[in-house]
Amino acid sequence: MFDPSVWTMLGQGLLESIYMTLVSTALAYLFGLPLGIALVITDKDGIHPKETFNWILGLIINLLRSVPFLILLIMVIPVTRAIVGTIIGTNATIVPLVIAAAPFIARLVESSLKEVDKGVIEAAQSMGASSMQIITRVLLPEARPSLIVGGAIAVTTILSYSALAGFVAGGGLGDIAIRYGYHRYQTDVMLITVVMLVVIVQVLQEMGTRLARLGDKRK
Amino acid sequence: MSDNPIIRIENLGKIFPGPDGEFYALEDINLDIRRGEIFGIIGMSGAGKSTLVRCINFLERPTEGTVYFDGQDLSVLTKKELYKVRQSMGMIFQQFNLLMQRTVLSNVCFPLEIAGIDKKKAVERAKELLALVDLTDKTYAYPSQLSGGQRQRVAIARALATNPKVLLCDEATSALDPATTRGVLMLLKDINKRLGITIVVITHEMRVIEEICNRVAIIDKSRIAEVGSVEEIFTRPRTAAAKRLVFPEEHSIEILPGRRCCRIVFDGSSSFEPIIAGMVLDFRQVVNILFADTKNIDGKAFGQIVIQLPDNELIADRMIEYLRGKNLTVEEVDGYV
Repeated sequence: MFDPSVWTMLGQGLLESIYMTLVSTALAYLFGLPLGIALVITDKDGIHPKETFNWILGLIINLLRSVPFLILLIMVIPVTRAIVGTIIGTNATIVPLVIAAAPFIARLVESSLKEVDKGVIEAAQSMGASSMQIITRVLLPEARPSLIVGGAIAVTTILSYSALAGFVAGGGLGDIAIRYGYHRYQTDVMLITVVMLVVIVQVLQEMGTRLARLGDKRK
Repeated sequence: MSDNPIIRIENLGKIFPGPDGEFYALEDINLDIRRGEIFGIIGMSGAGKSTLVRCINFLERPTEGTVYFDGQDLSVLTKKELYKVRQSMGMIFQQFNLLMQRTVLSNVCFPLEIAGIDKKKAVERAKELLALVDLTDKTYAYPSQLSGGQRQRVAIARALATNPKVLLCDEATSALDPATTRGVLMLLKDINKRLGITIVVITHEMRVIEEICNRVAIIDKSRIAEVGSVEEIFTRPRTAAAKRLVFPEEHSIEILPGRRCCRIVFDGSSSFEPIIAGMVLDFRQVVNILFADTKNIDGKAFGQIVIQLPDNELIADRMIEYLRGKNLTVEEVDGYV
């Protein structure tokens, strides 16, 4: 139905999309996970209550989350240029993706960790566990299934954000969809990219759900 | 005051900031808990007993006074020193608080991991403890696969892992049915005997106290109302708070006004024989049994009966004499209930 070169391009776009999504997710967790942990432990019911710090952190996260991704994409161009050296292509897209996703992930992590029973934390404290031990041996392992479900939500959301990056020549399937489908009216190419995105989302989501269920010993 | 208590609570107070000013959760608490005893702290919900037990291991920092554990003032310790001390105080909870994503074995290993004990040794010790609480067959099960009683036994094994000197039990049987409660209490009693570990039991149920405690403190409205041996408090409660806990539930007894009632306490000094029936036959006068809760332990009677005496004052007086003659503690309760 298409020229082989179109298929090559689509394959290339697919790989780019997956690359951007996975690298961005990993980097966003690098920031988002500690932020999420910080939100939980400094909460007024947390193991290290620091209400002012918690409030300020929450505010920053909310501010970042309220900026529409398309605006953020353009706003952070100077930052992108400083870090990556260019503002087009997949690596350039990773910067705004991480900035947008990290606060979102912080909230996902926060809600997962808050599901951990307070009593279990108290039990660990009664055994003389330090705060670090509580984080690494109680909070994170006990919240594991929920964190994995959160991870699936994060990765699929980042994928859809990455598709938006097509507007600024960010590479990947979104880029193809915009250039061919929107600018050149090649609806068929656009539809194929959409189908590919749907399939990736489906696969990632399913993997996350299964992984979470498999690792959950509560059932 | 004994000379060398394992836990000494001194002038302890805890104030929580509340929406309408400060709230005294605990006020002026003084208690000595002796080495090797099973000490009960009983009170109605909201009396402050859970806060009190959390002050013992400084999960809650008292706002006034302090706690001495094995002679050591806990209020002057650094965080790290406090972590260390907590390893000598095991604690179990109403909701068991097991790690749901870990196996039974791994749960028991948990406090040993925290204490930095070598994994191989930890597993060995954990298996020993699982044998002690009779759960060897559940070693590799997950908590979700266990019943409430089994979960509490895992929690007990876990609390004992670091060889603590004291085991704090916060409403440990309140989520269990009566039969399971008994099993857990017997296990605690056995552990106390075998390992010589001091046990502090927090509960709102007099039955739990009767079953296993040597001494008991009654906590009422943030203060200690009464402290003494269980027999003492059970047979001769002095304060209203103690009476409320010792007496059968008030609302279940309806007493006709103007008629005398008395409470007969069986403290094990009389043999298990039909005393009330014997009295009725001797006097040829009926009494109304309002409440009875007695049990036969090794041929001795324990528990209490509340009866309504006949209208005739003379007979009523003689009946009380008769019961006292049978070595029973009898007190009139008409003014109370």
